[in-house]
Amino acid sequence: MAIISRGFRGRAREGGGKLPPGQYLTDDFPVLSAGPTPRVDTDRWEFTVETESGQAHRWSWAELLALPYETPTVDIHCVTKWSKLGTTWRGVSLDVLLEDVESAADYALVHSYGGYTTNLPLEDLLDGKAWIAYRYEGEEITPAHGGPARLLVPHLYFWKSAKWVRGIRLLDEDWPGFWETAGYHDYGDPWREQRYQDD
Amino acid sequence: MRRLAWRVAELTAIREETPTARTLVLRVPGWPGHLAGQHVDVRLTAEDGYSTQRSYSLAGPSDGEHVELTVQRVPGGEVSPYLTEVMEVGDQVELRGPVGGWFVWEPAAKTPVLLVAGGAGVVPLMAMIRARRTAGSRAPFRLVYSLRDPGQAYYADELRHPDPGLDVTRVYTRTAPDGFARRPGRLTAADLAGSGRPPEYEPDCYVCGPTGFVEKAAELLVSLGHEPGRIRTERFGPTGG
Amino acid sequence: MTAPAQDGYQDGNALAGPLGELFAVDLTVAECRCAGCGLAGPVASLRLYGPAPGLVARCPGCEEVVLRLVRGPGSAWLDLRGAVTLRIPLGSEDAF
Repeated sequence: MAIISRGFRGRAREGGGKLPPGQYLTDDFPVLSAGPTPRVDTDRWEFTVETESGQAHRWSWAELLALPYETPTVDIHCVTKWSKLGTTWRGVSLDVLLEDVESAADYALVHSYGGYTTNLPLEDLLDGKAWIAYRYEGEEITPAHGGPARLLVPHLYFWKSAKWVRGIRLLDEDWPGFWETAGYHDYGDPWREQRYQDD
Repeated sequence: MRRLAWRVAELTAIREETPTARTLVLRVPGWPGHLAGQHVDVRLTAEDGYSTQRSYSLAGPSDGEHVELTVQRVPGGEVSPYLTEVMEVGDQVELRGPVGGWFVWEPAAKTPVLLVAGGAGVVPLMAMIRARRTAGSRAPFRLVYSLRDPGQAYYADELRHPDPGLDVTRVYTRTAPDGFARRPGRLTAADLAGSGRPPEYEPDCYVCGPTGFVEKAAELLVSLGHEPGRIRTERFGPTGG
Repeated sequence: MTAPAQDGYQDGNALAGPLGELFAVDLTVAECRCAGCGLAGPVASLRLYGPAPGLVARCPGCEEVVLRLVRGPGSAWLDLRGAVTLRIPLGSEDAF
């Protein structure tokens, strides 16, 4: 049993019904990093989707920007307990990118410039739940926050919204990513507080 | 040596160092002692059970059950505002340590020592200076202390009259006191070479400060011919306290 | 949006507390060899990112991940795949 430090409150931990359990509200946008920030030139940037049969689909930066976009306003929840409400992004829905991809896969492994990976069921990328985002609050996404483009999957803890996204592999079997192999939950639903394995 | 456990620490005295930094003297029953340069983890728990922890360097050598930390208030931080503004004598926190066996000075060492501090990075280096005094060591010490302006100086009185065999060089990056010979500016190779011991003396170098400062200082030391293997560094992380 | 020191990392020294919770010896003074490039040096000299969501120690030579440590409420997860060996100083021992 920890002793209590008189007068210590820590960060505010309220926020009404919009905050998942255990989260606190923040107005700033903390940067968490597991390594050096990759600087990716949009001239050389590409995004690939590789299916379970090895078929690859590729988009250049110009091709991505030419696709129809959406501007979702969403709440984001980091497993380190901060939440940020009402963030607005611009990006291409994964429904658009996966429209012509032939696949019967159940899982996706997202990979990034710099080597980061994260996994999720393919259905969590579909039906308007996920985007390849390239603008945040009207501005280009800075490298610290995952620019030029990051995955945005706001219904899961934010580590699933891979920064510096480079591609997605569609897989028949679940393949745990960077944090999922180091103790974090395989799925990561903030409303069920799935932070660590076995939560 | 046993695995680490949390101990209860009670604040027994406060010394103001600057308007935004204070030294906390804590009594920790059962404290096993420590080496200069080691640090501790401090854990705070709120009444509703919320808990968070931070790491701080010990500012002085081992003194029975008493340990000293110097804490700089980080604006918008969560732990340092509590430690520097709210906490009063008699209040309790949890503490575990000491930890870290790499960035340490052993009182038996006779090798010359070059200490390079950036801002609050002076804290573990001051622990080494104090441990040298406590041990009656004659190892030649030199401290190069880079700080923004004179108002930011920690341990000002103590460093104004250095111990015999300790040489102190101050480097002001923004504003220097009136009549100070060196123009304000970032740390240079000349500051490190200065009156100090040339690399041939092979001092053990300890560098502590913010990441950018440590990077630069270590680079300068290598360019002056210091053996990289003799340079030990301790960077502050990006996370404010 | 202000970003604090984007590429900020600490020295592996800062692993002393988190590892000290798990092991009875101070592993930060151990010499580890990187599985990526073969560079050997003290754990204290690795580049440490984090602490959240977890601690990630990278090789100062090649930036590959050498060690990862995640501390949950009831468990810690330690991944040492990036280290070929850890050489742990034990002092002299008459038995040898």
